[in-house]
Amino acid sequence: MASITLEGLKKTYGGNVDAVKGIDLSIEDGEFVVLVGPSGCGKSTLLRMVAGLESITQGTLKIGDRVVNRLEPAERDIAMVFQNYALYPHMTVYNNLAYGLKNRKFNREQIEARVQTAARMLEITDFLQRKPRQLSGGQRQRVAMGRALVRDPAAFLLDEPLSNLDAKLRVQMRVEIKQLQRRLKTTSLYVTHDQLEAMTLGDRLVVLNGGQIEQVGTPMEIYARPASMFVAGFIGSPAMNMLPLDYLHVQGSGALLHDLPENTDTVGIRPDDMLLQAPDSPHFTVEATLVLFEAAGAESHLYVQLADSEQPTVIRTSGQPPVSEGDTLTLHIAREAIHPFNSASGKRTGG
Amino acid sequence: MQTKRMTFPGHWLPYALLAPQVIITLIFFIWPAGQAMYQSLLREDAFGLKTTFVGLENFARLFRDGAYLNSLSVTAVFAIGTTLLSMSVALLLASTVNRMIRSRSTYTTLLVWPYAIAPAIAGVLWWFIFHPSIGVIPYVLDMVGYDWNHRTSGADAMLLVVFAAAWKQISYNFLFFLAGLQSIPQSLIEAAAIDGASPFKRFWTIVFPLLTPTTFFLMVVNVVYAMFDTFGIIHATTEGGPSQATNTLVYKVYSDGFVGLNLGSSAAQSVILMAIVVALTIVQFRYIERRVNY
Repeated sequence: MASITLEGLKKTYGGNVDAVKGIDLSIEDGEFVVLVGPSGCGKSTLLRMVAGLESITQGTLKIGDRVVNRLEPAERDIAMVFQNYALYPHMTVYNNLAYGLKNRKFNREQIEARVQTAARMLEITDFLQRKPRQLSGGQRQRVAMGRALVRDPAAFLLDEPLSNLDAKLRVQMRVEIKQLQRRLKTTSLYVTHDQLEAMTLGDRLVVLNGGQIEQVGTPMEIYARPASMFVAGFIGSPAMNMLPLDYLHVQGSGALLHDLPENTDTVGIRPDDMLLQAPDSPHFTVEATLVLFEAAGAESHLYVQLADSEQPTVIRTSGQPPVSEGDTLTLHIAREAIHPFNSASGKRTGG
Repeated sequence: MQTKRMTFPGHWLPYALLAPQVIITLIFFIWPAGQAMYQSLLREDAFGLKTTFVGLENFARLFRDGAYLNSLSVTAVFAIGTTLLSMSVALLLASTVNRMIRSRSTYTTLLVWPYAIAPAIAGVLWWFIFHPSIGVIPYVLDMVGYDWNHRTSGADAMLLVVFAAAWKQISYNFLFFLAGLQSIPQSLIEAAAIDGASPFKRFWTIVFPLLTPTTFFLMVVNVVYAMFDTFGIIHATTEGGPSQATNTLVYKVYSDGFVGLNLGSSAAQSVILMAIVVALTIVQFRYIERRVNY
């Protein structure tokens, strides 16, 4: 068990390509932190730097109180779960779990006890004598988890561990990973590009973009107050709608928008904040034409064309509203649902 | 997968299409092989004037003949030596080149060159390098007090042919090992590193076991190469000498048949070789199909 501290961590490839551009982050002991971002944002590189699989160009990395910049992966007391699981194909499940313990000179009884405990926890006791190729995707995933937790490391590092599973299994394993982490209370750093996975798993999220941190916070903080247009677009599905402020001035009741912070020129509205029925609180209205209706069971997605605007816009409602394609809708947007941004800086205005 | 089945009208077209391959096989493989089997049962005088049927006498004589039994053990030493040397050097080179990123293709090209050299040229090359009076290596060895002479020392001669034969085969082995290494996911090595295995241990517990299919395949190929494909090298360097020290089975077939003109015995020897090659091929197919290990 340990905290992980990143101070000004940088990674430069070939002298001029910056993959990670100075990350400051402190992860508390026992915390579950998710690194999330689009592909190429540096999240995997950052994780691999913590693991010791990539060298650190600049900055300091501490696990517990130790500076581990120059330590080998094995000396950092971490365990990693790989996207492709990286199970040793020529070893049985038992030996896959025992390999790290054998290398660390545990005696036979200790190995046996630890492997059995981990196997029971993950319900893979029946497969211990099988080879990885005789297992299904979900079982392999469990073995990969088992190999990480059997050593009882200071931290778990997980690199998109669920992305090779089918949708149903992914949800199931997501829940199990969350429960497992709660039970073991091991500091965990989890990388994913899936914002839903990030929202549901993490105690805190770190949204990365272009090798830099866009925002750090609990999932609900980030959802409620995205710090930039990038975060607003990345977290939440369907993505937040962005409209020029002028458009609302013209279309809606401009008076409501006067108290927005200075230099706001763009506003973001979540798809579920565009309402078909008028709310009680102060709000304004815009006209729109329904282009496409998407029923998704418990909820529906309405793709609309706002009057006098090219901006593609999505609305999410629960159930199935009595509308059909081609209808003209009146949308109601509550004042407090508006997220103010500045398009030049890309940041949220007014702090 | 479904393969499309072609049906031909009539019978002659498929046979006609197969004919060229069948004719070549018959003329250049089956017929000579049959001739060898037939001749192995005959004895002929040196001028080819008189031929007698002797049954299995040629075979029986071979296994009583000290020179032939010597040739068997020479071949075993030569084949094992060549296979071990060429495979271990190739594996070393392949794992070194596999670590490189930018220079990998350059090294690969350079290392494959020896494979393109004709066996006789390779033999002559090594003959010069090891020549007792003008060679570079005997000169260096002389400085450390070793008197190299493959014309008088059987051990020196064996080393020379093993070097020359292995050198040519390294390229081939190198390519297969490199491909084998590249097919091992990097994440396995990384997982082993996190699991606390030293680079040396990682190689022997992860990389090497995963290379077993490649290793086994190459082992069979190399043994076959050393036993049957090294005539040119031996002919260009030692000619089987000194005193039979490098007289492998294949070379003996040639020297007994074409130099000694003992055609019956030579034919019997090639029939035995044929049996060995068939056995090796069966082993190879059996195990390659089954994919050793995992």
